[in-house]
Amino acid sequence: MASIEISAVAKSFGPFAVLHGIDLDIADSEFIVLVGPSGCGKSTLLRMIAGLESVTAGEISIDGRRVNELAPKDRDIAMVFQSYALYPHMSVADNMSYSLRLRKTAKEKIAAMVSDAGAKLGLAPLMERRPKALSGGQRQRVAMGRAIVRQPKAFLFDEPLSNLDARLREQMRAEIKKLHADLGATSIYVTHDQIEAMTLADRIVAMHGGVVQQVGAPLDLYDRPANLFVAGFIGSPAMNFLDGRYAREGAVVLPDGTRIPVAPRENLAEGAQVTLGIRPEHVAIVPESPMEAAVELIEPTGFGIILHLSLHGLPFKVFTLDREALKAGPKVPVAFPSQHLHVFDAEGNRAD
Amino acid sequence: MRASKILLTGAHRLAILAYIAVALFPLYWLLKVSVTPNRLLYSEGVRMWPSRTTFEHFEFVVAHSAFPTFFKNSLIVSGSTAVVVTILAALSGYALSRFSFRAKYWIVALMLLTQMFPLVMLVAPIFKMLSPLGLTNSLTGLVIVYSAFNVPFATFLMQSFFDGIPKDLEEAAMIDGATQFVAFRQIILPLTLPGIAATLGFVFTAAWSELLFALMLISGNDAATFPVGLLSFVSKFSVDFGQMMAAGVLALIPACLFFLMIQRYLVQGLTAGAVKG
Repeated sequence: MASIEISAVAKSFGPFAVLHGIDLDIADSEFIVLVGPSGCGKSTLLRMIAGLESVTAGEISIDGRRVNELAPKDRDIAMVFQSYALYPHMSVADNMSYSLRLRKTAKEKIAAMVSDAGAKLGLAPLMERRPKALSGGQRQRVAMGRAIVRQPKAFLFDEPLSNLDARLREQMRAEIKKLHADLGATSIYVTHDQIEAMTLADRIVAMHGGVVQQVGAPLDLYDRPANLFVAGFIGSPAMNFLDGRYAREGAVVLPDGTRIPVAPRENLAEGAQVTLGIRPEHVAIVPESPMEAAVELIEPTGFGIILHLSLHGLPFKVFTLDREALKAGPKVPVAFPSQHLHVFDAEGNRAD
Repeated sequence: MRASKILLTGAHRLAILAYIAVALFPLYWLLKVSVTPNRLLYSEGVRMWPSRTTFEHFEFVVAHSAFPTFFKNSLIVSGSTAVVVTILAALSGYALSRFSFRAKYWIVALMLLTQMFPLVMLVAPIFKMLSPLGLTNSLTGLVIVYSAFNVPFATFLMQSFFDGIPKDLEEAAMIDGATQFVAFRQIILPLTLPGIAATLGFVFTAAWSELLFALMLISGNDAATFPVGLLSFVSKFSVDFGQMMAAGVLALIPACLFFLMIQRYLVQGLTAGAVKG
């Protein structure tokens, strides 16, 4: 197992800069998730750590050793690809033992290591099959098996679950988490799915436009998003945003004149342009509230109910577990509890 | 609805049959003439099958003509060309498919350009180049010329096969501990076997039936390939059609066998780049 340091790493493809100075220290046996929309550079960063892309600037080190110029084969890392990338002309056992055979490991040792990994992933009865005779979930397991069999310094996962159906994805997610608890291997996991990021990560690295937006524990990002991007990206249904102006005595004034009380923010000027954020599950439906919103749409999810509301033309959503909400309408009284309100300044950064 | 569908299918089948009949008729005629005794060749008029058949032409061609030498020469030239071209095309096709390098565009353009010249224009300069090297009148010379002309197309063919193999596979192999060349040899090459078979077959048949260069670069029977040899049945005053056709039938056999083996892969290869599998 190993620690990985990434300092001031940048990447350009010709004139196009994809990554702008990424800094990240990954501790031994930590599970890091790189999350962001497609095109944010997360996969490129992962491939640079793997050695599949060159480093334009900056430095990547594994266990304190600079690896910028090191070939992938000499970095002692394993990677699980989105397409699984199983060798079609080899059996499951041969797929898993390929790296060991390249390293000229003794035959008996290979057999032991492969059957060990196979047993861990429930692949024992499939060892002689070719990849094309496997289901998607089984292929996924073989890809995992190929990675864990040689006990590398670190695991890299490139959207490994995105080709699976929803139920299987949930199951494999839990298995990856168990496997990590079991092996304690340093892992870097790339996904665009914020649920995967939240459930798997020790720390999430939220990326956007080739820049790290926030690094932190999943609940830190959820409870205290550093900027509008993170606030909007993490959480489903997504956070509501309402534009307004800041009033020093502790309120945000919406364009229609509605005053929403917030705790005073020190570094905001009177009348500053701000964005108010509140998660749908934090909007309260309280009978005595003076603020009334029109009901536009009711979506029952089974687990809860999503209400699409409009406050003088400003749309926002409410998530509630209360089934009474099914009967809501045409107007509901709502309140924005100030302890759950996030305020972002004109640049989109969190104001505290 | 049902009746019209049956009619349509019938018409379709009929059209295909008509096409096949037209395409195969010359081959049928080749066979027919080769088994027609010389006496009946002109005396019977145009008949679909002679009243008496004979294998005397085949006997003569195999036992008393230089045809076995031509046949052997053709096998050597076509086989060597196929192997040389396929090896070169596999390497260059892989490079075009996987590497990005500065002159790539120009190299591709240059290779396309070589395909645009009428071969007749090139015969004289090539003769002039090969002659001082002692490569005229030699099988080696033919192999070199054929290879040079076939490498560009074969490269594009191989490239389309390599393009059809996901890049992830060799990246996975490289992370597993392989160098790029080992990944090429152990992972990519086994998956390209159909493409290699197709290229081999294509080049083999191209070289097998090449006449122009064989005729211009080779004089005398020792190094002649079979298309040139066929012409030896044409004498100043007559053409021995029976023997010529018998030789033609024999020469078809290896090419047909080869194509039977690889035709499935060849079709696959020509469409490999077109449809995303």
